[in-house]
Amino acid sequence: MSSLGDESSPLRVAIIGSGPSGFYATEALIKSGLNVEIDLIERLPAPYGLVRNGVAPDHPKLKQAIEVYKKVAQNPEFNFVGNVTVGVDITAEDLQQTYHAVMYTCGAETDRQLGIPGEDLAGSHTATEFVGWYNGHPDYRDRTFDLSHETAVVIGQGNVAADVARILAKSVDELKHTDIAQHALDALAESRVRTIYVVGRRGPAQAKFASKELKEFLEIENCRPYIDPVELELNPASEEEINSKAGRGNKKNVEIFHQFAGSEDTGKPRICIATFLKSPLRLEGGERLEKVVFEANELSGEPFGQSAQGTGQTTEIACGILFRSIGYNGVPIPGVPFYDRWGTIPNDAGRITSEQGGAVVPGLYTAGWIKRGPSGIIGTNRACAVESVESLLADLGQLDADRPGREGLYQILGRNGVRHVNFIQWEKIDAAEVAAGEPKGKPREKFTRQAEMLAVANG
Amino acid sequence: MTTVVTENCKGCRFTDCVAVCPVACFHYDDEMLYIDPDVCIDCSACIPECPVEAIFEEDDLPEGQEQWIEINAEKAPDLPLIEEPMEALPEAEQRKADLGF
Ligand SMILES: Cc1cc2nc3c(=O)[nH]c(=O)nc-3n(C[C@H](O)[C@H](O)[C@H](O)COP(=O)(O)OP(=O)(O)OC[C@H]3O[C@@H](n4cnc5c(N)ncnc54)[C@H](O)[C@@H]3O)c2cc1C
Ligand SMILES: NC(=O)c1ccc[n+]([C@@H]2O[C@H](COP(=O)([O-])OP(=O)(O)OC[C@H]3O[C@@H](n4cnc5c(N)ncnc54)[C@H](OP(=O)(O)O)[C@@H]3O)[C@@H](O)[C@H]2O)c1
Ligand code: SF4
Ligand code: SF4
Repeated sequence: MSSLGDESSPLRVAIIGSGPSGFYATEALIKSGLNVEIDLIERLPAPYGLVRNGVAPDHPKLKQAIEVYKKVAQNPEFNFVGNVTVGVDITAEDLQQTYHAVMYTCGAETDRQLGIPGEDLAGSHTATEFVGWYNGHPDYRDRTFDLSHETAVVIGQGNVAADVARILAKSVDELKHTDIAQHALDALAESRVRTIYVVGRRGPAQAKFASKELKEFLEIENCRPYIDPVELELNPASEEEINSKAGRGNKKNVEIFHQFAGSEDTGKPRICIATFLKSPLRLEGGERLEKVVFEANELSGEPFGQSAQGTGQTTEIACGILFRSIGYNGVPIPGVPFYDRWGTIPNDAGRITSEQGGAVVPGLYTAGWIKRGPSGIIGTNRACAVESVESLLADLGQLDADRPGREGLYQILGRNGVRHVNFIQWEKIDAAEVAAGEPKGKPREKFTRQAEMLAVANG
Repeated sequence: MTTVVTENCKGCRFTDCVAVCPVACFHYDDEMLYIDPDVCIDCSACIPECPVEAIFEEDDLPEGQEQWIEINAEKAPDLPLIEEPMEALPEAEQRKADLGF
């Protein structure tokens, strides 16, 4: 008897989302040596997820991860099905009936809310929107950001907050040879922002920045990083944290913060100020945002388990624009289990379960941010996707063998009137972007509208 | 800038680092691992994974370890690639303890 993955019966897998986790899952399946047919379904005409649309334009080296994905895409087992949104253009149920296995690697595409009054005032934005906008993500093409006020506030102290602050801090000259979207470059050229506050609810020893991201602030031509030295006094538990092995990175951060505190004023036009132990209570303003009111915090708890407790004291920062950068959140897909509290797909080592802690749903798998939650860097998703693929391969004997795969997918898409973009078409879009960037000295000028991409793809 | 494997990896080779490398730039010999600087994208994913703190960013190298920049660059390209974790060397646990981890 033949079994799935044999020469005569290919294992047909749909992977939903072409970010790092989708590509690493594809790679792991191909490396299994089984006979596999993989359809990587992506809602945009462009692959690569947050490596294209999240990673900052001034970090081109990190975007070279794409070279690995390009190689994966050259395998005959691989097929790209772009411009198809699962849950809209095809249902999750239809996919499940079409493939032996479906793996969701669709990332965490929305933002977490602060849940405070005034959050929806004009001038209050999410980092998600701003990042999508400067990276040319079609969903955020028409957002506008009023950069006419001198003070901007970023809430949160993770690497995304660092990206947002750095893009606000840099001069256009420092950005113009990156793949930043032209509309963003034009708007940033008019920016009057001079002071950028990056506000953490806990202390300097708990900031989640990567030290490398912090160090970069010392090199920005246009902006001086600064911290009031008083804010760098640590409580005993934080001292214990940074002096233990697990606090190696935090210790480095605190050392860099001291460099910020001691940085000289050399007349740079902008200043980026990190400030700690403040939770936003409310945003105030009439027509639009005018100020943020914070409650001062103190830390309580054991080392590495310290949380912020409000002291009742308040402080304010007057500002014209605010970005909350407190984490991403998964978006549920109809028909796929979802655990609201964590914003993830409930799973057991990558096998999707009916609910958190529930029974395994045969044939459904997940990897990446939607499996683990929105943390971890590009490489983290490789180990994560490998785990999920191992689970899938261990289940081969239990999968329903009678599935049409690609042919069935194309039938359904045809019936639903959906025209997908294949990898060769994407390569046309890619080449056109690179060509459009060249005269400007940019690695590429992205198409920021789906219609433009489709015109090139179908041209 | 690049990222380098240093002395501590010798005779240890737990290879936890390899699982999270997004671009497959680790190479190995009988003793230890090396990073190919032409392929590494400096994402730092591997650094916290190493149980014996053998991996450093170039400009973060402890004093006296600078020679490893060249050693990695010279050795890596000619050695076999390692993309999946493999079994640690037999003396690895002992070595880890000796190194104080
Ligand atoms: C602003 C920002 C900057 C970052 N910078 C770095 C960095 O510098 N270095 C680093 O190592 N890591 C960085 N990261 C982290 C890294 O980007 C993530 O770890 C990684 O992208 C997560 O991979 P993923 O495949 O799970 O999700 P994603 O990369 O988000 O990919 C998900 C894909 O699924 C698609 N999709 C979603 N829903 C559907 C649907 N219904 N149907 C079809 N397709 C769908 C999306 O369009 C997307 O292409 C950054 C993250 C952010 C947010
Ligand atoms: N260059 C890079 O390597 C790079 C670049 C970008 C992103 N990434 C990765 O992508 C992942 C996501 O990054 P991220 O910055 O979105 O998330 P993150 O690292 O989890 O940071 C979120 C920040 O928001 C704060 N926060 C959460 N809820 C809050 C609230 N209610 N009020 C005030 N502050 C709140 C957190 O503080 P607490 O600590 O107190 O919770 C933390 O400072 C991370 O793993 C990151 O490393 C990497
Ligand atoms: S985890 Fe550390 S010790 Fe182990 S192989 Fe990697 S660098 Fe060497
Ligand atoms: S820094 Fe990143 S790319 Fe370089 S070796 Fe480590 S994990 Fe691989």
